[in-house]
Amino acid sequence: MPTRTPIEVSIAISKAVQQADVDVIAAYPITPQTHIVEHLSELVADGELQAAFINVESEHSALSAVIGAAAAGASTFTASCSQGLALMHEILFIAASLRLPIVMVVTTRALSGPISIWNDHSDIMAERDIGWLQVFCETGQEAYDAVLQAFRIVRDPKVQLPMMVNVDGFNLTHVIEPVYLFEQEEIRDYLPEHRQLLRLDIDHPLTMGPVGVPEVYTEAKKQVDAALVGAKPVVLAAWQEFAERYGRFYQPVETYQVEGAEIILLTMGVISRTAMSAVDRLRATGKPVGLVRLRLWRPFPLEELRNCVRHAKIIAVIDRHLSLGAHGGPVCLEVRAALYDLPERLRIFGFVLGLGGRDVTVADFLEIVDRAEHYAAAGQPEEYSLIGLREV
Amino acid sequence: MAEVTKLIHKYLRHEKKFPHVWCPGCGNGIVLGALIRAIDRTGFTKDEIVLVSGIGCSGRMPVYVDFNTLHTTHGRALTFATGVKLANPRLQVIVIMGDGDATAIGGNHFIHAARRNLNLTAIIINNNTYGMTGGQYSPTTPYGALSTTSLYGHIEHPFSIAELAVTAGAAWVGRGTVYHATLLDQLIEQAIKKRGFAVVEAISHCHTLYGRTNKLGGPAEMMRRQKELAVRVEKARTMSPEELEGKITIGVLVDRELPIFTQEYQKVREAARGAVGSKR
Repeated sequence: MPTRTPIEVSIAISKAVQQADVDVIAAYPITPQTHIVEHLSELVADGELQAAFINVESEHSALSAVIGAAAAGASTFTASCSQGLALMHEILFIAASLRLPIVMVVTTRALSGPISIWNDHSDIMAERDIGWLQVFCETGQEAYDAVLQAFRIVRDPKVQLPMMVNVDGFNLTHVIEPVYLFEQEEIRDYLPEHRQLLRLDIDHPLTMGPVGVPEVYTEAKKQVDAALVGAKPVVLAAWQEFAERYGRFYQPVETYQVEGAEIILLTMGVISRTAMSAVDRLRATGKPVGLVRLRLWRPFPLEELRNCVRHAKIIAVIDRHLSLGAHGGPVCLEVRAALYDLPERLRIFGFVLGLGGRDVTVADFLEIVDRAEHYAAAGQPEEYSLIGLREV
Repeated sequence: MAEVTKLIHKYLRHEKKFPHVWCPGCGNGIVLGALIRAIDRTGFTKDEIVLVSGIGCSGRMPVYVDFNTLHTTHGRALTFATGVKLANPRLQVIVIMGDGDATAIGGNHFIHAARRNLNLTAIIINNNTYGMTGGQYSPTTPYGALSTTSLYGHIEHPFSIAELAVTAGAAWVGRGTVYHATLLDQLIEQAIKKRGFAVVEAISHCHTLYGRTNKLGGPAEMMRRQKELAVRVEKARTMSPEELEGKITIGVLVDRELPIFTQEYQKVREAARGAVGSKR
């Protein structure tokens, strides 16, 4: 009978990377990612992980080194967030377009300015179009499992794309949670060995990263998009097999109390737990409220989302990033676009909260449900609102 | 004591920004004190000074001082400072950085700022580690030293920041330690007064992480070590490379008159104006 071990989520993530038997890790220190990479450096130094570890001179160099290693056929890992992720920005696209199976954990954190080391999704929401698979985690168990699953997914010859596992900085990375950790032999059959089709090889030389002239650039981009969208069946199969082997079932869109729900809260990441408590309270008073959590973010789970919400009347979409100058947060805009073609039109309201580490409470979600109902009844236009904004 | 307090009250945002974030015993406070005393001696008003910083423990310094301050991104302080200086050359621009900040992620900017020779003052606090993020090895972590990312000894070789600045073309380069506080005052004062790119490397200690990991004792022991290892530059010139192994050379390493970017730029403008005039 497996037992759960209390473990800091960052350390559990490092454990998953170790169990995936990576070859090269390159990183640069940034809060709150540091514990993951630091623990990996310890595992490498202690000989518990046969890999090369390098603490390079910037995040730009970290991802570049990882791309170089992956291009040479190595299984690779890096982690970053916030300014570090922003510094990687130009390289992120290259990882996807070179079709390299890199796994990266983003410990989501606010972007400057003002300078903030605390949690929100402003760093990762600036990286929506990079061509990586992306999932958002709610629990430590999920983060640990997601990293293992990510290695399985990127190693599939049908995918050949990089994957990000997004874990809320501090609020998830730095907490100690009970996690079922695998023995190495338990996951040996689930996790294939790293074998890469396209790699720099003395016997089979190839060119990587050449110029795409206007005659081929569009087709090259389309290929990456097709690969990303086409990776979804592989993701679903990886999760299905994981469920069959280990009994933990993951879906692209997770739901809670959506049966008969007229009002649906839509969240991502660790705050979904708090939202669940709010749903419980409202259900206890007889209010038909449910929760939908986007787990898979790229490729976007269009069909699954539509199926979960089509019987509701009001959707309150929570964003943890303010898309400056736009008509709402990025998640809200995408969700609204995804649901536009449903035969029954839903009222969709966007709410932005928890920026730069501000606490997200059950009361916030109660207020959101209240406001969404009120807006719908008043026929209010579907604009976004900030929750907990102080008058200054 | 009264004089010290007066100086602190004149230059620090003492009513707003304290307590500071630095660990008790950190050398950053000594560098901050030296900076304030040096500025006070130069006679510049508070509003003529711009203190620019990046990210890391050193990056917090502008928060505490009552100058114009610009707290920027990791490694990029010198590039922001370049813009400030070009837009308003009357401002006295002082850049405070750490070893990881200036020579890892910002290493490229550092050597190019030295080569370009704008009239800037760069102070680099070198504590051999990334203190704020938990003691990972930095570009100045010595070979063989322990850190949270080199648990069995570091396998890379360190930069010598002051020598790097000399080689990259800085007009003035000095090195001090936080133990030699009076010398540090003088070095920073000279660096600010120098016309051209001036670099002060301030050897400091991170007893919280680097010191603890390498069993170097607390702040007092680490500062004693600075005292023991330091050799004045004048004396160092009479010593062999073998004798200087592991020593810290302190004093003014280089002081040379080099054409300053803004002066050269002015020449180009005048030449171009002349060329346009002759065509007419």
